[in-house]
Amino acid sequence: MVMIETKAERMVINMGPHHPSMHGVLRLIVTLDGENVVDCEPVLGYLHRSMEKIAENRTIIQYLPYVTRWDYLATMFTEAITVNAPEKLANVPVPRRASYIRMIMLELSRIASHLLWLGTFVADIGAQTPFFYVFREREMIYDLFEAATGMRMMHNYFRIGGVAADLPYGWVDKCEDFCHYFLPMVDEYERLVTNNPIFRRRVEGLGTIGREEAINWGLSGPMLRGSGIKWDLRKVDHYELYDELDWDVQWDTGGDCLARYFVRVREMRESTKMVLQCLKQMPGGSYENLEAQRMQAGPKSEWNSMDYQFISKKPSPTFKVPSGEHYVRVEAPKGELGVYLIGEDNVFPWRWKIRPPGFINLQVLPQLVRGMKIADIMAILGSVDIIMGEVDR
Amino acid sequence: MGGIDLQRSLVEVLTGAGLSSGAAKAIWMPLPMILIVLVVTVGALVCTWLERKISAAAQQRIGPEYAGPFGILIPVADVAKLVIKQGTPPAKSDPLLYTLGPAIVFISVFLCFLVVPFGQNLLISNIGTGIFFVIAISSIAPIGLLMAGYASNNKYSLLGGLRAAAQSISYEIPLALAALAIAMMSNSLSTIDIVSQQADYGLLSWNILRQPIGFVIFVIAALAECERLPFDLPEAEEELVAGYQTEYTGMRFALFYGGSYANLVLAGMLVSILYLGGWELPFPIDQVGDMLGIAPSTAWWQIITAMLGITAILLKTYFFVFTAILLRWSVPRVRIDQLLDLGWKFLLPIGLFNLLLTAALKLALPSWFGG
Repeated sequence: MVMIETKAERMVINMGPHHPSMHGVLRLIVTLDGENVVDCEPVLGYLHRSMEKIAENRTIIQYLPYVTRWDYLATMFTEAITVNAPEKLANVPVPRRASYIRMIMLELSRIASHLLWLGTFVADIGAQTPFFYVFREREMIYDLFEAATGMRMMHNYFRIGGVAADLPYGWVDKCEDFCHYFLPMVDEYERLVTNNPIFRRRVEGLGTIGREEAINWGLSGPMLRGSGIKWDLRKVDHYELYDELDWDVQWDTGGDCLARYFVRVREMRESTKMVLQCLKQMPGGSYENLEAQRMQAGPKSEWNSMDYQFISKKPSPTFKVPSGEHYVRVEAPKGELGVYLIGEDNVFPWRWKIRPPGFINLQVLPQLVRGMKIADIMAILGSVDIIMGEVDR
Repeated sequence: MGGIDLQRSLVEVLTGAGLSSGAAKAIWMPLPMILIVLVVTVGALVCTWLERKISAAAQQRIGPEYAGPFGILIPVADVAKLVIKQGTPPAKSDPLLYTLGPAIVFISVFLCFLVVPFGQNLLISNIGTGIFFVIAISSIAPIGLLMAGYASNNKYSLLGGLRAAAQSISYEIPLALAALAIAMMSNSLSTIDIVSQQADYGLLSWNILRQPIGFVIFVIAALAECERLPFDLPEAEEELVAGYQTEYTGMRFALFYGGSYANLVLAGMLVSILYLGGWELPFPIDQVGDMLGIAPSTAWWQIITAMLGITAILLKTYFFVFTAILLRWSVPRVRIDQLLDLGWKFLLPIGLFNLLLTAALKLALPSWFGG
């Protein structure tokens, strides 16, 4: 029997580096068969700025302003890992108050990152409006950052042994107000997005990653937790004082884009609760309270002891990274952000290897989009949550 | 039969002034065409302004506010900018098709307005096949989109053009089926007859009450034909940059842009003519005139009813436009396979069922369903 040949030539289409939904400068070389994706090859490196090499001839305090340019949407985490690595190597103690301030900043930063992710993810599927709503809340977080650190995005706030400055007068109240305001707003997003039938049909069962697969690909963060693995470095590594807070790891068993959406939305709620707890439990409480206690009880009182400082000791500009090597990691909003640090008793680190979560998570993309439609590339890429600043570094 | 007949009045005035009736008709002829082009253009420009203002309101922004009061001059600024902007066709594009594409889209949309009535005699030509004409002419537009997509020598454009063609074909059929059920009830394809048949009891005689299924099908299919979210796949920004428009700027882009908004107005007009009683008010105005003891041929009464009619059809049209704009800024986009599934596996069978139901009801209840 003669069959009419209808198969067309495959089309190779170049998406990026300046495509509207490539989250910066990711480039995908996509092979299409009609609307179906046959193959997809990511091309990286358009935002490579030699972050690791730059670290090798900067002291830690000199390098700190650079690190917020890795993941510029979760800036506190990059600073945290940059000070945690030499801190752990040199055994620098961190006062409890400083640790609490750090946790507050980290969790606020996590909320800000997830908020922006929510906006871009839904915009990738075609709904533009939530993008404006998430910016409303994100601006408030950035106002809080601005009040505490002087900068909205590139704070340069963390220091070896603590943070650069104590929380300003009235900040704790403002932060508490924000938390109480924010929780109903998360409900609002859920009302707008979660049960929208078009949204559900676009993301349900899409880009599914199994449990084993997720582990084998080295995924981390919401990508891993969305695949049914209860793995959170805040629980696993017990860093800062996360053990003193009452919270749960948020996870889901779906493994698809919807599961990742749920994990991130729930993490926003959980982080808000953690911030509220931190604000209550912080040694010394708000700055105005701490100052009043200090004035009343005098300079020799317990209020001037180590626990109530925002930094253990002002870091010297010639702080030497001791000899030795180790790997330090934190749970960033995108996943495991780590630094492999080799010091040789010099002011400069000998090697500063960054393990960015986005880079590792992005590896799985070609497998996920193969056999899907063009529109699914954007939905899956959105659910991976990449920031090209940290992927390329 | 009431209503103003402007053509007859003008011709009478001119022949009274000494012209031959042929010359008088020749003077009349270009007037409605110019009028309709102006009215449709203004209608489309109002749509662009509404789009900006409504999207701004939905997104907690202000929108344009400095260009004129409430920014109403922003469409004028848009047009001025697009008209004086240099067109830059891509190096290896097909120059003829590249220019022809937007022209075909624009012309086909504007031609459809020939049969769209604003009142009993307020339309350019009352041809007997009115609705058929609209459906036939508006299905030329996808050819223009395909041309533009093909001629741009850009892969995104090509994909967008192909999507536009696939989408139009799938949604033209449910659209035609829904309109066919109306034609069956009205015993006519003429837009005038379809509206007149909804005139008797005001709101109660509008077709939306007799054709609720058809109304839903028609609105969904009309949205898809206009390429508005959730069905804006041919120009999906996140996927295809701008689809078939990617390589267009200046005047050619203005044709696409104006054409798409004119198409939205057209869809609103069709919805109001087919389902919402056209220029009829929610209460029967003729009976009000009878009760007040005004003869239907009184000049001032005719002018008032004509004005009310135009206001009514514009309000209905812009209510549809408002809904479409609000929908665009509230929902995500469907995927291409879901779009085609909806068209072929849901709307088409429902449309056929609706047609069958209408035919059955017409036989069973001829007094209600236009026997």
